[in-house]
Parts: sequence; C-alpha cells; structure tokens
Amino acid sequence: MKKVYIHSAVTISAQNTFENSEFLNEIKAIPLKIAPAHYPNYRDYIAPAASRRMAAGVKMGVTAATKALEKANLKHPDAIIIGTGMGCIEDTEKFLNSIIANDEAFLTPTAFIQSTHNTVGAQIALGLKCKAYNNTFVHAALSFESALMDAQLLIQQEEAHHILVGGVDELGKEIINYIQLLEDAKYKGIQVPFGEGASFFVASSDTEENAVELVDMDVCSTACQETIQNKLKSFLIKNKIEHADIDALVLGRNGDAFDVYYDSVTSLFKNATKLHYKHLSGEFYTASPFGMWVAFEILKRQEIPEALIYDGKTKAEIHTILLYNQFKGRDHSFILLKR
Amino acid sequence: MGVAITGMGIISAIGHSVEENKTSLMASESGIGPLRHIQTKNSKHIKVGEISLSNTQLSKQLQLSEDHSFTRTGLLGLFAAKAALQNANIITNADHKTGFITATTVGGMDMTELFLKQFATDVDAQKYIQSHHAGDATQKIADALDITEFVTTISTACSSAANAIMLGARMIKAGKLDRVIVGGSDPLSKFTINGFKTLMIQSDEPCAPFDAHRKGLNLGEAAAYLVLESDEIVQKENKNVLAYLSGYGNANDAFHQTASSENGEGAFLAMQKALKMAGLNPNQIDYVNAHGTATPNNDLSESVAIQRIFGKNNPDFSSTKAFTGHTLAAAGVVEAVFSIISLQEQTVFPNLNFKSAIPETGLIPVTSVVKKELSHVLSNSFGFGGNCSTLIFSKA
Repeated sequence: MKKVYIHSAVTISAQNTFENSEFLNEIKAIPLKIAPAHYPNYRDYIAPAASRRMAAGVKMGVTAATKALEKANLKHPDAIIIGTGMGCIEDTEKFLNSIIANDEAFLTPTAFIQSTHNTVGAQIALGLKCKAYNNTFVHAALSFESALMDAQLLIQQEEAHHILVGGVDELGKEIINYIQLLEDAKYKGIQVPFGEGASFFVASSDTEENAVELVDMDVCSTACQETIQNKLKSFLIKNKIEHADIDALVLGRNGDAFDVYYDSVTSLFKNATKLHYKHLSGEFYTASPFGMWVAFEILKRQEIPEALIYDGKTKAEIHTILLYNQFKGRDHSFILLKR
Repeated sequence: MGVAITGMGIISAIGHSVEENKTSLMASESGIGPLRHIQTKNSKHIKVGEISLSNTQLSKQLQLSEDHSFTRTGLLGLFAAKAALQNANIITNADHKTGFITATTVGGMDMTELFLKQFATDVDAQKYIQSHHAGDATQKIADALDITEFVTTISTACSSAANAIMLGARMIKAGKLDRVIVGGSDPLSKFTINGFKTLMIQSDEPCAPFDAHRKGLNLGEAAAYLVLESDEIVQKENKNVLAYLSGYGNANDAFHQTASSENGEGAFLAMQKALKMAGLNPNQIDYVNAHGTATPNNDLSESVAIQRIFGKNNPDFSSTKAFTGHTLAAAGVVEAVFSIISLQEQTVFPNLNFKSAIPETGLIPVTSVVKKELSHVLSNSFGFGGNCSTLIFSKA
C-alpha cells in the first residue's frame, strides 16, 4: 500500500498565518464571540472582477488552495477534495433573505449559484482547468477529515498521486448569531469564539527530504470516552506506534463540557507535549485542519510556539504528532503525522 | 465483478417503495404534477415531482416523537434507508463495521426557509437552527439506524449521490467497511425552486428530455439508498445479490460554474473512467440511464458526450427524469435503483414526452417499455460546478 506524504500546508485564519514566514510569532487577540479571519490581500491570487462576486469562503478557499499548490510545486493535482461544514453560508443567507424580503420577486442568480456547497472545489477546478476527480464533503466536524480520508484512499489505492485537499468555512452574517445564542444558553458551552478560515494541503505518494508522512487517520461518528480510548489504543497498535513515541498531542479543546474527551485521551500520553489551538483560530466545523497545519509546521520547523502549549515541556526533537478532535462529543477524528 | 449490492430502498414521486416505483416505470406513469406542500408564488408556473406524503405523515410512519427536529431531508432519508436495510434482510448494524454515506444539497433548508426570522425569538423554532447544516439529517438517520462508525455527507450538486455510492464502494474494496448504506435525500424547497427560477431552466410543462423543443427541467424530491456489502459477508451469510457496481468515474468539466461544455468533456471523462474500471468496451453497455434533465444545455452536452464514447452505434438510452423530476442530490441513487430494476426485469424504461431529436446530434431515446437482454447498465449524473459522475451496474 502506498504511503501518504503531506507536501505543503497553508492556512488563512484569525491569526496572521498566511502572509507570514514566521510561525505564530505574534498572537493576535481575537474577539470574544465571533472572530473573522485575517484576510490576505486577494489581489495577488484572484482577479478583482471575479473577487467581487465571491463570498469570504470562496476567496479564502481559492487563495489558500493556490498557495498550497505553489508551495508543493504542483500545477495539476490528480484530485481536488474539499470539506466544508456550513458550505457557502454567506450566499445562502443572501439568496434566502432576498426571497423573504422581496416576496420571491426580483431575484438574481449569482447568490444562488454560489450558494451551492461545492462552489469552492468547482472554482478551484475552473481556475486550474483541472478535469480530475472532484469531491466535496459537508459533514460538520468531519467535513475535512472525510476529505482527507478520501485523499488517503485515492493515494493508497493508486487512483491518484498528488491531491489538493482542504477545509473551509465562512462565518456568514445571520445563522452564526442564532448558533451563538443557543451556545450562550448552554451550561459549559464553547469558551472560544466562533471563527472561520481555510486550510489547504497537498497530499502525495512521493516522499521528499524531511517529508511529513500522514501515517494514518481514523474517524468515528459516535462513541463514549472509554470507546474512544480503546479505539485510540488499537489505532496506535495497528500503526506500530507506542504511546511514548507520541511527542506532541494536538487537541481540539474549546473549553466546553465535552473537553472531558480530551482529558481522557491526554491521560494515555504522559510524556507528550499537550497542545491546543482553537483559542487562536476560533471554533468552527473546519477548525481541525488549522490544527493539522499547526502540526505540520511544528514537524517542519522543530519548534512549538508558546501560545500553543496547553501542558508539558517541549521535547528537543519532535518526530510524531497525534491529533484528536471531536465536536460536542461526536465526530471524533485521529490523525497521525510523522517526520 | 465489482461491489455487491444487497438491498435498496426508495421514496419518490412515483412511489413509496421499490415495488411501487417499478410498477410506475413499467406502466409509463409519470409522477410530475402541481406543487402541493410548499407555499410559493411560483406554484402556477412550475410542475414538480413531489412525494405525496407530508412531513406529519412521514413522522407518523417512522414513529418519531412529536417534538422531533427532523427536516424533510431526514424524514425522506430515514424512510428510504430503513427500506433498504429491510430489503437486504439486515436486522442490526452492530454485527459488522457499517458506514452511512449520504448526499444532499438542501440539508435543513426546508425548515430554515420557514423559520429564519423566528430563530432569534421563537423557542419552538429554535430546534431547527442546528438542523440547518447538511450533516444534521445524516446524523439523525445514522442514529436511528444505530450506525456509529463511519458517517459522512457529500454535496456535489446533482452528482452528489453518485459520489456517495462511489465512496462506499471504494471503502468496501479497501476493507475499511464491511457494509455501507449509500445514497441521498433531497426534498423540494422554496430556496431551490426560486434558485432554478433565476436560472430560467424550469419548465411549466412536464419535462421532455432529449427532445428538440425541450423547455427545461421539473424539480423533484426523493430519497434512495443502496446497501453495499463485502464479498465476505455475501458468501458467509449467503446474501442475495441484486446487482454489482462494476465501475465508476468522477471527473470535472472545468468549464463553467453552472453550464456544461459544448463537447461534454466532463461527462465524456467520467464515462471513460467508469468503463475502464469495469473493464468493459462501450459496445458491452446495453442501456444508458442518462442524466437528461431536459435543459437545453445539459441534454445537448450529454448527447455529444454519449456520441464521443459510443460512436455511431449508441446503445439504448433514456432519461427517467420525466417520471420523477430532477431530484438533485438524490438523482444519482434514484437512477441507480432504476438501473438495478432494469437489470432485474431485463427491461429498458421509456424517455417520456420525447417527440423529435435534437438536430445537432439526432439521438433518439427509447420511448416505450422494452424487454431485452441486459448485462451492463451505465448511469450518468452531472451537477453544477462541473461535477460529473458515472456508475456502471452489472447483472448479478
């Protein structure tokens, strides 16, 4: 079975992570409730006329994708696979509100066309004139993980060699406020702001110097803490990794009641540096690929920015990183990266 | 041979079971008619393929509690998925590593469009805030079916369900799952009706796929699922195999966000990939269940692609969209079910409302119920964003 390597990682996030050669060197304080991304200068990536019609998610997605391909020196991917939890919510709200406001009259197609969930994948394909495999996953906190797993399958089964895979979500203007309303009413609700962003990667069957390998990944829709512990143990056994081999643990903590899942997993890895990231990116359905970007940069640079450390000391060498994410006790995912 | 299909379930405008759908297809009875369940100013100007059961009736049949927050996507999906499991004689999903992969474009929009302006203040409406995103209905169906392992949702516009079927097959082949329920669910919604209205591709008459004077599509709603199982289960449990999924292909037209290219490149590539995987020559395909939405653009582009693949001797083909309407994300699996019925019954179903051929290509679809020997059926599904997918089903 072919191995899977990650050749590039790019993220547009609430932090200055896109037009910055440093790695989370200056942490931006983000708003308490809703944290928009730090948008790059799109003019370098998208023609202004096209850009005007695009919502935040499409712009972030196309831009992050372009840079991920550039960094990996890849012009024509064999597949483009996207994950997005809320889809193109900005244009969805726009079209829906014009239906409501004008009582179904005077509607124009642009917002409807761009509200389709596969818009980002389609726009990337269109821009590259890429006729290859193209897919979009829209499954909450497993949207990106489903896309990554699809990429892993395609490479392992030798159906594709170089794949562009990404996660993208935009805040929108209205439904996010209702979601926030529900969350605020909860006992021990999410303690980080809601955010947005785009994280893109090139996955490849080719190795390179100091390559980061996607050793394996697994997802699980529903499980209790004990089941997750057991699943994680068998996941590591399957991949011949000892608990002590894990140098850093990247966890999707957001401060809500379900962080107990992370506590339970943490107890298995006494020696690993425990990291968190959602206090920097915000929480959203595709925040987890920001965590994967973090892990990729750590493995490449062999340094861990202070802001990421939740608990423990940094090891001198970082070879293996395990990522675990869940949302409200569901949509669990493990990603194992190795340099 | 491909991946074994051991069960199927469907609810569409032409029936609430596989049996009822089959009866309508055999009798050339269309399900296209006036819109009933949705309040819209467009009612008089469109024809749709609507499922007769209301949400209340569906909830009752599914024995859901009165305060449930299933949207219509979830209700139709659960209805069809339960039927598929029953058809495959599956009592529990706990005995095998089981996945659920479904497709939708509407997600929870049918409720969001009713309650958006009440979300801030109306406590009763607030249960539909969390049901807006596409994964919510999927999760509810998976919960009801006790599927806890791999659950995901695909949305590539009108090719979505074909991609869900494809992913399920790849996961069975890779040994990641032993059993997977694959398909899609898409209800009608005011949002989609108005969206297609702005694109001016909805017909006010029953649609006429591949006809020279076609006026556009009729939207429809449906949910359908297939059960795919590993060869090991099939052998061990001596399962009845309905058909095999022997090939599939996914390509992108990379031409325009909503329109298909003149040479049908995406469709051509998808069919070519599927044939290659199935190890079949084009002349071994006995019937093509075309995407055939009856829009001027799609049918011409698809006709060109069919001619590029099959040359002058194209196989029998028809679009069944004039029976069901275009069921968007569900279309790929609705037509997968029809393709399997074709193989089981050794019957090609008619392309209703066809009168004269498109002048550019001269292609003439099958217009009546035809009994013939069928070994391999090819089914196309294409969507916005250039997403093109092809599936090939082979006789068990």
